[in-house]
Amino acid sequence: MNAPVADDWREALHESLKASGIDLVAYVPDAGHQRLIELAEADPAVAAVALTSEEEGIGLAAGAWLGGRRAVVLMQSSGVGNCVNAIASLSRACSLPLLLLVTMRGEWGEGNPWQVPMGQAVAPVLEALGVVVLRADAAADVLPVVEAAARMSFAGGPPVAVLIGQRVIGAKVFAR
Amino acid sequence: MSTALPERRAVVAALLAARGDLLVVSGLGGTTWDVAAAGDDPANAYLWGAMGLAVPTGLGLALAQPARRVLVVTGDGEMLMGLGSLATVARARPANLAIVVIDNERYGETGGQRTHTAAATDLAAVARGAGLAASETLRDLAAVTALRARIHGSDGPLFAVVKVAPGNGPMVLPPRDGALLQHRFRAALGVDQGD
Repeated sequence: MNAPVADDWREALHESLKASGIDLVAYVPDAGHQRLIELAEADPAVAAVALTSEEEGIGLAAGAWLGGRRAVVLMQSSGVGNCVNAIASLSRACSLPLLLLVTMRGEWGEGNPWQVPMGQAVAPVLEALGVVVLRADAAADVLPVVEAAARMSFAGGPPVAVLIGQRVIGAKVFAR
Repeated sequence: MSTALPERRAVVAALLAARGDLLVVSGLGGTTWDVAAAGDDPANAYLWGAMGLAVPTGLGLALAQPARRVLVVTGDGEMLMGLGSLATVARARPANLAIVVIDNERYGETGGQRTHTAAATDLAAVARGAGLAASETLRDLAAVTALRARIHGSDGPLFAVVKVAPGNGPMVLPPRDGALLQHRFRAALGVDQGD
C-alpha cells in the first residue's frame, strides 16, 4: 500500500467507529480531527453535532446513551480542561460509558508555549477523574486503540480517552 | 399592577400533566425536586450534578429518540451555566426537543442569591439570539398549559422561560443513585439489552 498512512487512518477510523455502533459524533473542531469531522458531517448514517464547548459533549454522550445511542466526543487536548466537572459529576456519577478522542497539543515539538501546560496536564487530570487513558503514538496504533477503547467503555466499563499523540497528527505534514 | 407569578411546583405539574411518553431531563437543583414532586417516573433523567449540562443531555437524548418528545426542565442558574448549549441546539435543530427554564431569579439551592436574570439577562432573548426562534417568556399558568400542548404537538426546538415566584416547595427527592437512574431509564425505553 502506497497510500499515505496519515490520510488512511482517518477514513478507517470513521468506518471503525460505525462498526462499533457509534453513529453520533460530537466535536469541537481541531485541525487534528479535521478529516474525521468532514467524514462524519458527510455521512448520512452519522449525526455530527458541533459543540460550542467540549463540556457539552459529555452531556450529549450521556443523553445519547440514555436513549440507546452511542456517541464519541472529539476534542483537542485543551478541551479536556473544559470537561472536568462534567466527567466527574455525570459520566462517573452515573457509571455511564464515554469515549473521548483527544488530539494532543503541547507535547511534541509544540511551537505555541500556551498549549504546553494543559497538554501536559491531560493524562494526570483524566486519570484523577477515573478515566482510563490509552495512547496512540503512531498512525498504525490509532484504529486498534480506539476499537479497544470503545469495547471497554460501552461494555459497561469506565470512561475511556484515547490520546492521539501530537507526533501522529504531525505525520500529515511528513506525508505531503 | 402585575399579577402574582405562579408557584414553580404548579408550573412543573402543569407541564407534565398527562405526559404520555414524554421523556424528561431535569436540571440540578430545584427543578429535579419539582419533577420528582410531579410524580416519579422511570422516563425522568434527574440530574443531581453536572450543572450546565441539562440542555446538552436533552439534546443527546432527543437525537437518540427522534420518535419521542424530550423536555428539559431546568432552572435559571443552571441554564446560565450552559448558555453555549443553546447555540448547539439551534444548529442541530432537533424537532422533538423542548427546553423550559423555571426562572425564580435566584440560586435556590445555595442561599437564594440573585441570578443574572434578576439583574439584566433575558434568557428568551438569549435563546432567540442563539438561533431558537420559538422562544418566549411566560408569567401565568394558562400560558404554561398552552405551552404544554405545544411541547406535545409542535415541531421544535422550543424554548420558554416561565417566571415563577421565589421560594421552593417541600423537598421531594428522587432516587439519587446515578447508575440506578440510568439503568432504570434505559430499561423503560427498552434499550438496556445487548449493551
